[in-house]
Amino acid sequence: MTDTIVRDHPDNAADFVANDARAHWHDQSLWFVRSKRDKMAATLPEWEQLRQKASEIKLHTMSRLGDYLEEFERNAIKLGAKVYWARTPAEHNEIVLGIIQQHQAKKVVKSKSMLTEECHLNPYLERHGIAVTDTDLGEWIVQLRDEPPSHIVMPAIHIKKEEIGELFHEHLGTEKGATDPPYLVTAARKKLREQFLGADIGITGVNFAIAETGGFVVCTNEGNADLGVSLPKVHIACMGIEKLIPRLADLSIFLRLLGRSATGQPITTYSSHFHGPMAGGEMHIVLVDNGRSDILGSPEFRRSLNCIRCGACMNTCPVYRRSGGHSYQTTVPGPIGSILAPSRDAATYSTLPFACSLCGSCSDVCPVKIDLHTQLLTWRKEIAVRKLLPWTKRMGMALAGRVLGTPWLYRTAGWLGRKMLPILPRFLVYNGLNPWGKQRELPPMPRQSFRELYAKQRKRTLND
Amino acid sequence: MSSRDTILKSVRQHLPQSAPLPVLDGPWITYPDPVAQFCSVLEMIGGKAIRVPDVAAIDTELERLPVYTTANKTLSLIPGAGRSSLDLDAVPDPHELEDIDFALLPGEFAVAENAAIWVTDKTLKHRVVYFLCQHLALMVPVDQVLNNLAEAYQRIRFDRPGFGGFIAGPSKTADIEQSLVIGAHGPKSMTVFLVG
Ligand code: SF4
Repeated sequence: MTDTIVRDHPDNAADFVANDARAHWHDQSLWFVRSKRDKMAATLPEWEQLRQKASEIKLHTMSRLGDYLEEFERNAIKLGAKVYWARTPAEHNEIVLGIIQQHQAKKVVKSKSMLTEECHLNPYLERHGIAVTDTDLGEWIVQLRDEPPSHIVMPAIHIKKEEIGELFHEHLGTEKGATDPPYLVTAARKKLREQFLGADIGITGVNFAIAETGGFVVCTNEGNADLGVSLPKVHIACMGIEKLIPRLADLSIFLRLLGRSATGQPITTYSSHFHGPMAGGEMHIVLVDNGRSDILGSPEFRRSLNCIRCGACMNTCPVYRRSGGHSYQTTVPGPIGSILAPSRDAATYSTLPFACSLCGSCSDVCPVKIDLHTQLLTWRKEIAVRKLLPWTKRMGMALAGRVLGTPWLYRTAGWLGRKMLPILPRFLVYNGLNPWGKQRELPPMPRQSFRELYAKQRKRTLND
Repeated sequence: MSSRDTILKSVRQHLPQSAPLPVLDGPWITYPDPVAQFCSVLEMIGGKAIRVPDVAAIDTELERLPVYTTANKTLSLIPGAGRSSLDLDAVPDPHELEDIDFALLPGEFAVAENAAIWVTDKTLKHRVVYFLCQHLALMVPVDQVLNNLAEAYQRIRFDRPGFGGFIAGPSKTADIEQSLVIGAHGPKSMTVFLVG
């Protein structure tokens, strides 16, 4: 990942929560999606069994990933596709540009693909004079605003309809002040249909690639991926190497989990299975590593490669909901993003594993049973071991370790706290050294410690 | 070394311990009345199911659908139902299909748990019709309504190049403040005729 980090998560999150009404609205929108997911999951008695199978299929696939990649390549070529391999985002971008230039194409429509975001494909293509249109409505909105998606399934979840109305007024000439979603969607539909019809090449991501058949599946609700690769003759599909599944029938597990976990739908509107190019067309598949094979080698973190990018862990995460996707400054935000990002660059993303209350809700909802919160905790230790903690936290931890490990010091510190805190001036208690107290008040200090209370109680019982 | 070999080598160096591939044996959900389940889920996701006794009865129902009666350009690939204002096989370029208002096409089977219908391009020259028409209607024999996706995948094969997909309801988006809007880029409505 080459995202340029400007500030750490706590600072970005502080900006986000500064607008209380908006932070609350964001929180509620995501909780609404999480509740829909719960309702849908509850309609299937076999839900837990599906999660278990999904997790086992992924673990098995990872244990034989080399063979499955080769099997997929063989079968895809048999179907008439061309297969490319890219170690890095740079290689990926060059390959895609090469195909586009070979066709002297200028206009490209792209459906949602987190991989191309990870590789920063859009700016690269634009620098080479190619016009790229993101066709998922949410992605198109953030593209027009010149910002990255803030969520992997709902890229524009952080934007208010008033702002979208303003944006469309500026770009599409919709009425000033219009905020009615159907009206705005109709305007976008008209404009984007022109883009589909005028495009030379369609790019899609891949949700699942099937080793057994050499085909792959793309899921959308809008139908934008299908329009994008059924009008132009050339289809480029970009995927991370972890998207493999062994058998076609494995989809009967994953497609039952994906839509329900993502948005609480029984299935996405379109689940399209592409096997080879259209008659008279071309299909190009780019397989990207970009650090994935290294994560595979790490026993603690390899299960993060099971991720099917449903976004459920974001929707449920109390920190994500209240800090917004952009505060993570990564392509994939939220709990899973806080594991993936430090795997690539621990120094830059050292604050992300701490953007977590360890409530474990992410692990509970994850459809492929990734032990998200355990991995986040492991990352915290790892970051401490690599000495990447900020000095306040490092000193604080060292001090706490000393105090907690020395009984007389612990007793004295407790006594001091109880006596001193109530009488200390505010600035000594609520300052930069106490980030916990930024938006919160400390609870009132008890007059006695548990130890003192216990001793008193015991004396009383003995006396009785 | 080529990127391909480097990646495969790195993957193989890092392989975890082998883990077995699970059997997909269920039991998976079944419904006392799969057709009723299909109809109610389809309605929930914004589509509409109409049960007819035979193909000939579809026309009567179509005449009641404003999206059909007001359509200029229509296409039907169901012999004996609906009208076609074009010959799809004579159209060389799918871009010419941008103004199809209504399309009536066959679906292979339907799935009760999620109201998805399996469609392919085996008999459809331009697959874009599924996504480009303003309003879509699919016809499925009523005895082809399966319980769940596990049953569905027992029926799906890809022996040669081709397209196949599940379509569940009309195209939709909730990208503006989570308000559901039907008719994002694709069809603005989906009607399913269950025949038999
Ligand atoms: S980690 Fe799990 S819950 Fe989060 S996006 Fe991936 S699959 Fe979904």
